Amino acid sequence: MASFRKIARRTFLIGSAAIVGGVAFGVYQVRKDAPNPLVAQTGEAVLTPFVLLNQDGVTVIAPRAEMGQGVQTTLAALVAEEMDVAWEDITVLHGPPAQAYYNQALLGLALPFRHYADTDFRHSLRQGIGEVGKLLHLQVTGGSTSMKDGYERMRHAGASAREALKLAAAAQLGVAASELRTADSHVIAPDGTRIAYTALAEAVRDIELPEVALRPKSEWKYLGKSMPRLDMMAKTTGTAQFAGDVQLDGMKFATVRINPKRAGMVSYDDTAARAMAGIEAVIDLGDGIAVVASNTWLAMQAAEAVEIVWQDATYPADTAGMVAAITAAFDAAPDSTVRDDGDVTAEISGTEVVAEYTVPFLAHATMEPMNATALFSGDRLEIWTGNQAPVMTRDKCAAAAGIAPEAVTVHTTLMGGGFGRRGETDYSVQATRIAAALPGTPIRMTWTREEDMRHDFYRPAAMARFRGVVADGTAQLIDGKIAAPSVFRQSALRQMGQVPPGPDRAHVEGAADQPYGVPNFRITGHLADLSVPVGFWRSVAASFNGFFLDTFIDEMAHAAGSDPLQFRLALAAREHAPSAGVIRAVGEMCSWTGETPANIGRGVAFCHSFGTATAQVVEVEDTGRGIRINQCWIACDPGIALDPSIIEAQMVSGAIYGFSAAMQEEVTFTDGAADQGNFTDYDALRMHTTPRFDVRILETSAHLGGIGEPGTPTAMPALGNALFDLTGVRARELPLIKTFDLIL
Amino acid sequence: MAVSLTINGTAHSVDLPDDVPLLWVLRDEIGLTGTKFGCGIAACGACTVHIDGQAVRSCQVALADVWGQVTTIEGLGQPDNLAVIQQAWIDHQVAQCGYCQSGQIMNAAALLAETPAPTDDDIDAAMQGNLCRCGTYPRIRAAIKDAAQRLTEV
Repeated sequence: MASFRKIARRTFLIGSAAIVGGVAFGVYQVRKDAPNPLVAQTGEAVLTPFVLLNQDGVTVIAPRAEMGQGVQTTLAALVAEEMDVAWEDITVLHGPPAQAYYNQALLGLALPFRHYADTDFRHSLRQGIGEVGKLLHLQVTGGSTSMKDGYERMRHAGASAREALKLAAAAQLGVAASELRTADSHVIAPDGTRIAYTALAEAVRDIELPEVALRPKSEWKYLGKSMPRLDMMAKTTGTAQFAGDVQLDGMKFATVRINPKRAGMVSYDDTAARAMAGIEAVIDLGDGIAVVASNTWLAMQAAEAVEIVWQDATYPADTAGMVAAITAAFDAAPDSTVRDDGDVTAEISGTEVVAEYTVPFLAHATMEPMNATALFSGDRLEIWTGNQAPVMTRDKCAAAAGIAPEAVTVHTTLMGGGFGRRGETDYSVQATRIAAALPGTPIRMTWTREEDMRHDFYRPAAMARFRGVVADGTAQLIDGKIAAPSVFRQSALRQMGQVPPGPDRAHVEGAADQPYGVPNFRITGHLADLSVPVGFWRSVAASFNGFFLDTFIDEMAHAAGSDPLQFRLALAAREHAPSAGVIRAVGEMCSWTGETPANIGRGVAFCHSFGTATAQVVEVEDTGRGIRINQCWIACDPGIALDPSIIEAQMVSGAIYGFSAAMQEEVTFTDGAADQGNFTDYDALRMHTTPRFDVRILETSAHLGGIGEPGTPTAMPALGNALFDLTGVRARELPLIKTFDLIL
Repeated sequence: MAVSLTINGTAHSVDLPDDVPLLWVLRDEIGLTGTKFGCGIAACGACTVHIDGQAVRSCQVALADVWGQVTTIEGLGQPDNLAVIQQAWIDHQVAQCGYCQSGQIMNAAALLAETPAPTDDDIDAAMQGNLCRCGTYPRIRAAIKDAAQRLTEV
């Protein structure tokens, strides 16, 4: 593994010097693609925007950010697979904001097809529409799209680099490139002569990158294997650099106190605060204040001491008022009718099932509160920020500092959790504004946990009304209405200043797009007029729609007198083989019989989200001292298991994130502000409440699916269904702690 | 008035108000950023360090109250000289976002010092103060058991 000194030095090189315009290269030149933002320094070669070679080794420039999901390790493996780089020779860095790193897969999510039903034609259409992402500068880590986006691009980069290195070696050796082979970061001649890639850095600089065919899967060495994560050593030794770990000479420490009612300030009095130890400045941010001090804690103490009169919220002041606004959305014409199979208004004979569900607002609660480090020098801004959207971050920070985007350098650091929260730009803009108020002074800004909890862009509270008919042991009709404020519209307004036309399909994901063959099946989306800030929360709308639809499916199974697992399997088998496959697999894994002892309950759930069919079974036990989750079995089908260990970790992670929310998480409001402020009132699963996991990865799906999010949507209904199996009580409202005596 | 502290075997003199928590002395004054801020109220464990070998939440220990030698994640082991527990963490590929892991590792190291062969119940009891939003708990459990075995074999 490369030394840390080396990594730090290269970070400096890329960050400080290399991020200016450049020439197109290789695969990008061939495709007349976006220009390469990297510029080679002396002794370096830039081989596509994704590969940097110098005497120290190979640096993979990752187009996506690392927030724990392991993406940078697998992106590097895609390059290394084709380039024949020894694993220990690789360093990975996040790329600068640049068109070259746009996310081709993200816009593909917006196409009006059910993802599971992708034919090759539709799949290519998704890729084609993704080109639009280039124009929108859509450099975003989200939507579980990183592998879909990087799967071919990164391998092409590695393959082109490899062939260029062979051409450079061929010129030196006086043999044809076709005589050469590559392995372990070396070009190898027929006579056994080995030339290290690092020794070719100078020679390969001017060679035009050939475009070559990719190797077949059968020849893969790294892909399909569990690779040691490239960030593991740093994260185990405290040497990983998060945005709040950046150290600069003369740095000062800041925090903010912003209106928890998400409006402006009437007035404030900082007299007492300014007299406190270590305080350098109190800055008026309009919707709150920032305090700059010699120490973060001193800044936090002083921020608390500022007396502030807040403006009132522009949305309903309490949770009841918000729920009323969501309920009212049912009465308006639907925004979308994305699924409308058969005729749900027809008279269908059978047993009718009716249910209404409610889920609360949720916070992301990343372990690392929002933070950023910034230095404004008068005409340039340099900012270190863990973020999921570098181009948007750059542009928003440029506007806040009153300079051109080209005068902003964004370092996208590791994130101490993202889950969608760090796709926003608010915290980066705040750090920028504080730094801009104190030119020449580096500012490390850290939010308190309470600021973080009360200034989130929440997973929206949502409601659903379902009517169904079962007959002959199966579902004949499902008519579902889903009401919530729109994440997509709010986000589009914040980031782009406008809302794209057309219905909000994202609002019904996880329900309207499910591979269930129900003859009469309609899902309508109703957008609530509610301006409480909402945003992308791990699995987005599937986090509530997965709970709504799958819980209703469970209710229908019981009404039909059918086994819940067989009921789902029959519906999925009509529509999508990989989905049926995961339901069948999870049944095998847990030896599902439909029967459990009196003190044990089991629930199954299924959701196809972000291109990956996922099924879970949860087992709960009444211990006599409360109910605990014993075990969770997960089967998923992302098409190709690029890194089984990382996929397993993400499935477990997604499920734990979902269980945490389902059991106890809830953001409520009083007087316009979130009631929850810290982990004492917004907690999550911990060591003693975490069940045992068993994960199986299937590879039958035709196209590559995501893995960061699909573990979450099934967790909530699987747990609720298990609790129903145990107790006979159906909880139609989350969190479940309101209904059950759960061990927390 | 300056306060004297020994951190990872090195003496430091710190000129900050007495009530500044050790966490913020380490991060902002000494420059040891491996110790993380998560909650400020001892509810998450991200700031766990050792004082005389005992795991403490450094956000709750005032500068003037530090009663012994401080060890942080940087002092536990470095990339070229890993502690057994850190090697187990790497072997089990525990970390995801990694933000809570310094605290998890420091807490686990203290557990193993006191309980060389912890049961699942011991691990539950000792580790439940350390929150991980990525949900790395199953691999943390496996790494602790593995490290326990390696330490008792030595």
